Amino acid sequence: MNTSSLTLEPAERKVSKVLTGAEAVIQSLMAEGVDTIFGYPGGAIMPIYDALYHYEDQVKHILVRHEQGAAHAAQGFSRVTGRTGVCFATSGPGATNLITGIADAQIDSTPLVCITGQVPSTLLGTDAFQETDVVGISMPVTKWNYQVTKAEEIPEAIARAFYIANSGRPGPVLIDITKDAQFGELEFEYKKCERIRSYHPYPNIDFAKVDKAVELINQAKKPYLLIGHGILISEAEKELTDFVEKTGIPFASTLLGLSAFPPDHPMYVGYLGMHGNYGPNIKTNECDLLIAIGMRFDDRVTGNLSKYAKQAKVIHVEIDPAEIDKNVKTDVAINADARQALRALNERVNANSHPEWLAEFKACDKEENEKVTQHELYPKTGEIRMGEVIRRLNEQTNGDAIVVTDVGQHQMVTSRYYKFKQPNSNVTSGGLGTMGFAMPAAMGAKLGQPKKEVIAVIGDGGFQMTLQELGTISQYGINVKMIILNNKFLGMVRQWQQLFFEKRYSFTEMTSPDYQLIAQGYGIEGKKVENRDDLDQSIQTMLNHDGPYLMEVMVEKEGNVFPMVPAGASVSEIRLE
Amino acid sequence: MTTNNNIEKQPFTLSVLTEDKAGLLNHITIIFTRRKLNIDSLNVSSTEVSGVSRFTIGLQTTKEMIEKVVKQIRKLVDVLDAFVYEDDQIHYQEIALYKVPTKVFLNGNRIETLVRSNGARILVIEENYIVIEKTGHKEETQEMFNKLEPYGVLEFARSGRVAISMSKRKTSTLLQQLEESTTNKLSLETS
Repeated sequence: MNTSSLTLEPAERKVSKVLTGAEAVIQSLMAEGVDTIFGYPGGAIMPIYDALYHYEDQVKHILVRHEQGAAHAAQGFSRVTGRTGVCFATSGPGATNLITGIADAQIDSTPLVCITGQVPSTLLGTDAFQETDVVGISMPVTKWNYQVTKAEEIPEAIARAFYIANSGRPGPVLIDITKDAQFGELEFEYKKCERIRSYHPYPNIDFAKVDKAVELINQAKKPYLLIGHGILISEAEKELTDFVEKTGIPFASTLLGLSAFPPDHPMYVGYLGMHGNYGPNIKTNECDLLIAIGMRFDDRVTGNLSKYAKQAKVIHVEIDPAEIDKNVKTDVAINADARQALRALNERVNANSHPEWLAEFKACDKEENEKVTQHELYPKTGEIRMGEVIRRLNEQTNGDAIVVTDVGQHQMVTSRYYKFKQPNSNVTSGGLGTMGFAMPAAMGAKLGQPKKEVIAVIGDGGFQMTLQELGTISQYGINVKMIILNNKFLGMVRQWQQLFFEKRYSFTEMTSPDYQLIAQGYGIEGKKVENRDDLDQSIQTMLNHDGPYLMEVMVEKEGNVFPMVPAGASVSEIRLE
Repeated sequence: MTTNNNIEKQPFTLSVLTEDKAGLLNHITIIFTRRKLNIDSLNVSSTEVSGVSRFTIGLQTTKEMIEKVVKQIRKLVDVLDAFVYEDDQIHYQEIALYKVPTKVFLNGNRIETLVRSNGARILVIEENYIVIEKTGHKEETQEMFNKLEPYGVLEFARSGRVAISMSKRKTSTLLQQLEESTTNKLSLETS
C-alpha cells in the first residue's frame, strides 16, 4: 500500500488532498461532469463501489442485470446527449460481458469510458480468480485502453480516457484498475486532458481540397449527397440544410444519419442501404458526382463495390483518415470535421438547383410507394404488418419521440417508416448489428433525456436476449415504452432463408414466453395486441401510461422487408418485390 | 523496383514511431492479424529520442493494402507517425549469426576465405564452436548460409530488418511539430 500521505509535511497537505485510488476514480468522474453510471459490482471493483457509496447523492448509479446491459445503456445515454457514457464492471466475466457493447460503440463511433476492476497487480498473469486479460481482449474493439496498477496514475488515465473517447471520431475507452491501485493512496489533483502529442483528433482542413470539391460541385449536372452519423456527431444539422438548399443537391442518409435533418425536407430523397429506399440506391449508379459526408461506405450501403458509383466522381468528407479510400476511391478527400467542412463549402459553392434530377428520385419514390410502401403502411386485410404499427406510432408521437431499435426486420421497417424529427432521436445498433441492444439502450436514452418520450421497438428474438433488464427498468421506474413486434420468427434470417436458401427455415422459428406475465412479474404494465382495430387505441394507452409499458404486437409471420439489395449484388439490382 | 500495380504483392517496410508504452506491439500486430497479413520481419528498438520507440515491420503485400494498414496504424492513440517505404526508399540491414563447429576451421582456410570474401567477421571462438557474424540484406545473409551449410551449421539466427529512410526528416523535428500542432481541438475556421 502506498503510504505517501504519512510522509507529507503538514504544509503540503493543504495544497492537495490525499485520497484512495477508488475515491480518486469517483472524483475524477465528477470532475468530468459525470452524473450517471451504469454498472454491476463484483470482487475486484469493490473498493470503487465502496467509494461510490459516499457520493450517492451526487452520482446516480444504475444497477443493471447484466454487464452487456450496462454498456448498451451507456451507449443509449451517450447517443441522445452527445456526452460520454460511463459504465463499471468487475474483472473477469464482468469485463468480458462488456465486450459486445464496447464493440458496438467502436463501430458506431459512440464515446464510452468503461472502468473495470482487476485482480491485485501481484496476481496479474497468474490465472487468479476472476482474472481475464481485458486489456488484451478489448484491444481490437476500443479506441484506447490502459491498465492502471498504481493509485497515482488514476487521475491522468481518466482525464486521457475522456479526452480520447469524445474527440475527433468518438469511440469507447477502457480503463482497467487493479484492486491494489484502488486501495492505494495518492495526492489528488485533477487536470483535464487537452492534448496528447501522439493523438490528433481534428485534422487541419486543406482548403485547396475544399476549392477542388467546390469546382466539382459547381460543374456537376447530377450531383448526389450521402450523409451519415458524422453530421450528428459534429452537430452540423444546420450546415447540412444550408448546403442542400444553396446547391439544390438531393441527399440521402445512412441508417445512422437518420434524424440529422427534417424528414420532410424537399431535398431529402430517402435512406440508403440494403433495405433502404429505391431511388437512393439506383441513383447512386446514375449520378455524375457523389458527395459523402460523415459516412464510411459500409458494405450494407455500397453492396458490390466493383459496381458502385463507377461512373461518378467522388468527394469524401471524413474526419477519420483511415476511412478515406478504404472502400471507395475518392477524387477529392477532405479530411476534416463535417461541420467545419460544410461551412467552408457553403461559403464557396454557387447557388444552384437541379429540379429535373431531383424529379428522377421522386419518380422512383412513386414506384416504391405503389409497389411496397402503401401495402406496408395501410394494409386492409390479413395479419398486422410491422410497417403499419410504425406508421401509427409515428402519427401519435408526431415523429418527436426518441426511438430505439434492436436489430432485424423491425429495425429496417422502423428506419423506413418512422419520421425522426429531433436530432439524435434514432438510436440503433448499425455497424455491429447487436441483437439485445434496444432495451438497455432505451433505458440509457431515457436517463439521458428524461423529458423526451423514449420508445424501444424490438423483435421477439432480440427482446429475449436482454429481457432481464426489465428488472432494471422496474427497480428505477425508468419510463420507457417497449413495443415487441412478434412474428414468431427470427424474421430477417428467415427472410434470407426464404429468398436465398429455398425456404429452408433452419432454426429461425422461435417461441416466446407470455410477455404480459413476464412484465407483470416485474410490476410493469402492458398489453398484447392481435387485431388491427386495437392498434391505435393501444398505442395511445401506452403513450398515456405514466411509467414503463410493454406492448406486444402479433405481426405477420412471414412478412418480408422490401426493397432489398441482395448481399453481394450491386445497388442498381435493388428488388422491390 | 517501384511498381504502381495495386494488385501485385511486393515487399514493403513500415517504420512506426511510437510512445514507449506497454502493449503497443499487440495493438499494432492486431491490425495485421485482422486482415490475415503475415509479418516477415519485425524489429522494435529505442530511437535517438528518449521515450520514443521505432517499430520496423517488413512484409509482402499489395500497395493498396499497405496504404489501408498504415492509416489504421497511424490512428492508434500512442502512435506518433507511421511511414511506408519500398526497398529503394530506405537504407536497410539485417544481422545474421552462424554457429559452426570449431573443427571446420582446422581443415585448411576455406572457411576463413569465405568469411573474408563475404564481408563477415568472427564474433567468438570457443573450444567447440565459432560464431560468425554478417550484416547485409536477406539475400546476402542467406547466400552466406548456403555457402556455410556444407560444412555443418549448428545454429543460424537472423534479425529483423532495421531501416533508415532517405528523407531528411529528423525525429525531434517531427515531435516538435506534433507538440505544436493545432489538431488537438476542433476548429471551425472557414478560410
